[in-house]
Amino acid sequence: MSSPEEWTHPGPDAAPATAATPTAEQVIAGLRATDEGGADLVQLLTPEGERVQHPDFDIDITGEELRGLYRDMVLVRRVDREANALQRKGELGIWVPLLGQEAAQIGAGRAMRPEDMAFPSYREHGIAWTRGIKPTDLLGIFRGTDMGTWDPVEHRFHPYTIVIGNQVLNAAGYAMGQKFDGKVGDADGEATICFFGDGATSQGDVHEGFVWAAVYDAPLVFFCQNNQWAISEPTERQSRLPLYQRARGYGFPGIRVDGNDVLATLAVTRWALEECRQGNGPILIEAFTYRMDAHTTSDDPSRYRLSDELELWKLKDPIERVKVHLVKQQWADQEFFESVEAEAEQIAIELREYCVTLPDPPAGRIFSEVYAEGNPVLEAQRDEFLAYHAGFAGGEH
Amino acid sequence: MAAPTMDRPATDDAGVPAVQTLTIAKALNNGLRASMEANPKVIVMGEDVGKLGGVFRITDGLQKDFGEQRVLDTPLAESGIIGTAVGLAIRGYRPVCEIQFDGFIFPGFDQIVSQVAKLHFRTQGRLKVPMVIRVPFGGGIGAVEHHSESPESYFAHTAGLKVVSCSNPADAYWMIQQAIDCDDPVLFFEPKRRYYEKGQVDTTASPGPLFASRTLRTGRDVTLVTYGPMVRTSLDAAAAAEEEGRSLEVIDLRSLSPLDLAPVYESVRRTGRLVVVTEAPSESSISSEIAAKVQQECFYSLQAPVLRVTGFDTPYPPSKLEEEFLPDLDRVLHAVDRSLAW
Ligand SMILES: Cc1ncc(C[n+]2csc(CCOP(=O)(O)OP(=O)(O)O)c2C)c(N)n1
Repeated sequence: MSSPEEWTHPGPDAAPATAATPTAEQVIAGLRATDEGGADLVQLLTPEGERVQHPDFDIDITGEELRGLYRDMVLVRRVDREANALQRKGELGIWVPLLGQEAAQIGAGRAMRPEDMAFPSYREHGIAWTRGIKPTDLLGIFRGTDMGTWDPVEHRFHPYTIVIGNQVLNAAGYAMGQKFDGKVGDADGEATICFFGDGATSQGDVHEGFVWAAVYDAPLVFFCQNNQWAISEPTERQSRLPLYQRARGYGFPGIRVDGNDVLATLAVTRWALEECRQGNGPILIEAFTYRMDAHTTSDDPSRYRLSDELELWKLKDPIERVKVHLVKQQWADQEFFESVEAEAEQIAIELREYCVTLPDPPAGRIFSEVYAEGNPVLEAQRDEFLAYHAGFAGGEH
Repeated sequence: MAAPTMDRPATDDAGVPAVQTLTIAKALNNGLRASMEANPKVIVMGEDVGKLGGVFRITDGLQKDFGEQRVLDTPLAESGIIGTAVGLAIRGYRPVCEIQFDGFIFPGFDQIVSQVAKLHFRTQGRLKVPMVIRVPFGGGIGAVEHHSESPESYFAHTAGLKVVSCSNPADAYWMIQQAIDCDDPVLFFEPKRRYYEKGQVDTTASPGPLFASRTLRTGRDVTLVTYGPMVRTSLDAAAAAEEEGRSLEVIDLRSLSPLDLAPVYESVRRTGRLVVVTEAPSESSISSEIAAKVQQECFYSLQAPVLRVTGFDTPYPPSKLEEEFLPDLDRVLHAVDRSLAW
């Protein structure tokens, strides 16, 4: 980790930041940052598919394991592309693309044990996949038929959280509960991981989450996917300091990992979760990655970022580098790659079919499960509404 | 409260007298203690609630007896208190959060309306958020700004939350325990200026339902509906009116969401007149809601429009002016006069 003395301050020549759109200098600063990731970046697999060693975070990986990670990434990318297309066809109201962040999510997700708990934001389709959630279960939110249909208790995967940063505090409380329950400190310990973006780090809830987790020694891994943009605002608009370095101010370790490197993400997250299980948490991981598509299907990134930047990041594609490595190692042949492609196609077909046949919920859903113990005022309102509906031909619709 | 009947035991199991004279503050403390003893998952959390026992001493002695893991002196951040309580509640705990003063609930507002209120609905019942948020509220204590507000309508407006307010020691003792037992999140508003008023608490009684209003005084001429700190003011007004030969009925709402208005309708059908008394500003508030519903349900019974005696639609004023802001006995009686003059 860098010492405070190394922390850079914008020099006198730095372009003045304005409250409006980022200046050319700021965009270039962003480019420079994305090019490098900094000296502290943990990387185990280069964009060229070369294995490199890291003194603290090495990992033993078999061909079979790496094929599994590759398959995960290809499948979630296919799910993501299909859902994106479904939105374009008008079948989904909106979609939040994951493109480019597959390694960050599969690495983190596969580092978890079943008993660990995850608190996602809204882009964590890859994490959902690793928690055994069917891709079709993600659709209700974006088609507007429901608000997430998976069981958060069974899958140990909290509902998607749209309000930026809220889930970080909910995760901190949950992790405190794990500690109070005596689930920390031995081999069958539990940990919690929460996911948020670089923009979220400006939210008060994320700061408060850091404070709570620190002072209560909560077994919580903060997993920030720094995909360089919060809609149109670059990371420079959120922080002067590389985000992982913030952890120091709260009194716990912060690590920057190459978020496009599934091996590095897996190794670092595995380590961090284990530290938490043993009672040495919390830990902040900044997964340095890139959002290769729009923020959502409603966004137009051409208004705020240079196409050069995207081209540069394409060279660091998280899936391609694993493929190259698998080939170089002779861990996979053409047949394997084709079978994964075929599987991806099959999942996409199922997703499409499911999406277009997903029925609208019954009108009574509006009133259902607002309260655990009911509410007579609301029940009267519901009864009146249902009676009104029943007056139409066909009854409830 | 009714006097204990002869067949009730004079002491409870632990040998404590069944009927005690307590302040609201002490009744809340005893209620919290009873809940913590009954259920190891009940935890108390907030700023200064441990060693100090809270700025109003409502949690006095609880940390000493239940330890630091069940009574948490938290960092100073309301979103943090409420947001972490959500995580604990999901994990199976029953957190009771103390917000130090009404005006400081707003940093936690986001978590309350976005997560606390909605998780059950969003997950179709798979996640319950059984937590209590205690808020000492209202004015009359000569405090600086942000220490005297009545923000309850914000929460009553939000589906998924339940909102209650106690007005006497017996209710304080029972309602806090019932709120903790409730599987829904409950905003619990405590009338801070009444904290040290005394009354009888029968710890062996069986309390009525939590989300129900209660008629505290019957009368023929005008119905007064109120809650929290204004209950005492309204009862005093009714006693004063009686000396002038006027018979006022006083109903303590107790539950602000859901509202239990059936007893109010029944009363208004008899008296034909309703005055709603609250400290909160009147616009788009609980008092508006009552006025709207009563005119809807009791239109043909009303002899006069529903009148409201409330705080003004202003920020809470500097304390030298709070006597002007807060409804008092005279303002209540003036409204009664206007109602009867119709
Ligand atoms: C409290 C809040 N403010 C604003 C928004 C609207 N919004 C949705 S996503 C987003 C950007 C978030 O960026 P970041 O945290 O970096 O996450 P990313 O989407 O890049 O993964 C904004 C401003 C929101 N959802 N919540």
